Amino acid sequence: MKTILEPGRAEKNYWQDLWRYRDLFLVLAGRDISVRYKQTVIGVAWALIRPFLTMVVFTVIFGRVAKLPSEGAAPYALMVFAGMLPWHFFSTALSEASNSLVANANLVSKVYFPRLIVPSATVVVAFVDFLISFVILIVMMIYYQYAPGLEILLLPLFVGVAFLASLGPGLWITSLNVKYRDFRYVIPFLLQFGLYVSPVGFSSSVVPEKWQLLYSLNPMVGVIDGFRWCILGGDSALNWNTLGMSLAVTTFFLWLGIRQFRKMERTFADLL
Amino acid sequence: MSNKIITVDKLAKRYLVGHNTQTNSYQSLRETLVKHGRGLVRKTLDMARGRQIIQGDEVEEFWALKNVSFEVERGEVLGIIGRNGAGKSTLLKVLSRITELTEGRIELNGRVASLLEVGTGFHPELSGRENIFLNGAILGMKRSEIEAKFDEIVDFAEVEKFLDTPVKRYSSGMYVRLAFAVAAHLEPDILIIDEVLAVGDVVFQKKCLGKMKSVAKSGRTALFVSHNMQTVTGLTDRAILLDAGRVVANGPPTEVVEQYLSNQAVGDAVYEQTYDQDSNQPQITRVEVCTSNPNNLHQFGKPMTVAIEVTTPDKVSNSAISFQIMTSSHQPVVHVLNLDSEVPMLRTPGLHRLVCTFPSLRLYPGHYYLRFHFGASEPRRVFDGLDEVCPFEVTQLEELRDFYWYPDNGIYVEEVEWNSESK
Repeated sequence: MKTILEPGRAEKNYWQDLWRYRDLFLVLAGRDISVRYKQTVIGVAWALIRPFLTMVVFTVIFGRVAKLPSEGAAPYALMVFAGMLPWHFFSTALSEASNSLVANANLVSKVYFPRLIVPSATVVVAFVDFLISFVILIVMMIYYQYAPGLEILLLPLFVGVAFLASLGPGLWITSLNVKYRDFRYVIPFLLQFGLYVSPVGFSSSVVPEKWQLLYSLNPMVGVIDGFRWCILGGDSALNWNTLGMSLAVTTFFLWLGIRQFRKMERTFADLL
Repeated sequence: MSNKIITVDKLAKRYLVGHNTQTNSYQSLRETLVKHGRGLVRKTLDMARGRQIIQGDEVEEFWALKNVSFEVERGEVLGIIGRNGAGKSTLLKVLSRITELTEGRIELNGRVASLLEVGTGFHPELSGRENIFLNGAILGMKRSEIEAKFDEIVDFAEVEKFLDTPVKRYSSGMYVRLAFAVAAHLEPDILIIDEVLAVGDVVFQKKCLGKMKSVAKSGRTALFVSHNMQTVTGLTDRAILLDAGRVVANGPPTEVVEQYLSNQAVGDAVYEQTYDQDSNQPQITRVEVCTSNPNNLHQFGKPMTVAIEVTTPDKVSNSAISFQIMTSSHQPVVHVLNLDSEVPMLRTPGLHRLVCTFPSLRLYPGHYYLRFHFGASEPRRVFDGLDEVCPFEVTQLEELRDFYWYPDNGIYVEEVEWNSESK
């Protein structure tokens, strides 16, 4: 096994290395998950309480107070929750991934491993939260006696898209955050803003036609719409144009993120 | 297949260092604004060009390593020594692929595992058991490897009772033992270790050294940074000396270590004070310790002399001169005395020179200094005294009898004769 180190030389073994270090990926994700709720009393229940409460608040505000229409015959709460799930996954994944390198500075500066593992592991942690919240969704569907259509089988596909949608910007921001720590302050603001611009509290159908294209530049629009379509079946219409747009944006950010990350990876140990 | 497992060719590593211009005098508002404006422009341009942003008014280039070239053969143990700031840790970081080199080329023909800090990746909330798996994975061990060696690791660390308690509850000794135990069971082609043996108590350090020796014996290649010259000469096959980022020596450990030690500036071997005319008393005006090696270093067992110069206005009857050799923890270990009745001295006024010779100084390796007493025995008088002068260091670089030379084992070596009979 020969390795040659030269200034500026792209690591040809990188993707092989990633595979070789897959154990570490699982270990880091496992570490973050088990540490999360250590010494808490309620423990894992927090993963259930947060999305549940947000859903309640949104249903009251957007459904009852603002009286925005739901999708088809689906109950408003269910519609909100179907949108909350992916958004929550995206928001946790993005905020954790953006800070992952700085949080693991001691590892990055003392050990060699493909650094791509660090932000990717944080996304897995967000995914575990997602799975736990999914339980609530099942409970809710039983409560409303709402049976999903066959479209629900396509749900894992959209989960994958959500994963990629958060990984792209996550990589981009975390690598820039190492150099310019300003990004740490940008993320919470961006996510708060995004919560109202994404169809979480409301349905995409309320957005006027002329704004649709601009609106769909938000990658989560396609993901959330897709989620709703899978869960609510025929009651939710899937706009293929917005989906296509969101997928394109997701791919673009993913490419940008990986490129930026790989370019800056060599300097991480020096800057952290 | 080449036998060279590591080839380093003209390696250089540069860092950018920022400076804030210091002005002691009053700085006008205009000057402050100009300074900050210039800084802002520079930082913005750097950001636009994608360069690193440095805090400060001026930026200077700092070459941590420059023109470093050396080779390591398969199965060799290489020691890297040098003063603090010489570039040893940077060199290890570059070899471990943690940071990128600025110039040059490195060829590695095997898998590298680095131990640059003890307990890397330990999470305080997780238990000892969980941390073994975490740390092992971080160091590059596969889960199956860790499972196979789990019992050995726990045994080495001696933390079986506390295996399921969170590591934040461990004492510092347990923490370090566990961390080293995991790392000690790595089996890479190339092992890189940075001064991690500088922690832990005596028993632990002995254990670590023992483990390091077995690594060396098993034919694995290792790079080893240490400040403990004993371990460097005992464990390594070859050593390189770094000074200000450059390789200044590359050869057998004893030679390189001697060069390193002799380059160190140490306290004065000579202590002088001018004679005080008004006191009208005999005074010690100069003392000198002459060690076997330059720069106050003394090779164990070699002869050593201590020269004392005394100035006296009148002759002194029954004078007595003595000195003690003190350890760095202020314990006297040797007391040497001369009375006028034994070797006559100071029988005339003026300057006198007294020389005390140790035919073979067999003190344990360590740092010592001298404390002098000068007076008269009958009637008892005290003329002068000197304390904490003439520091010197005893070293043992010529042989290594395992842990015989460990500082806690003794203070000096008595000359003995051994006899063996089978009955």
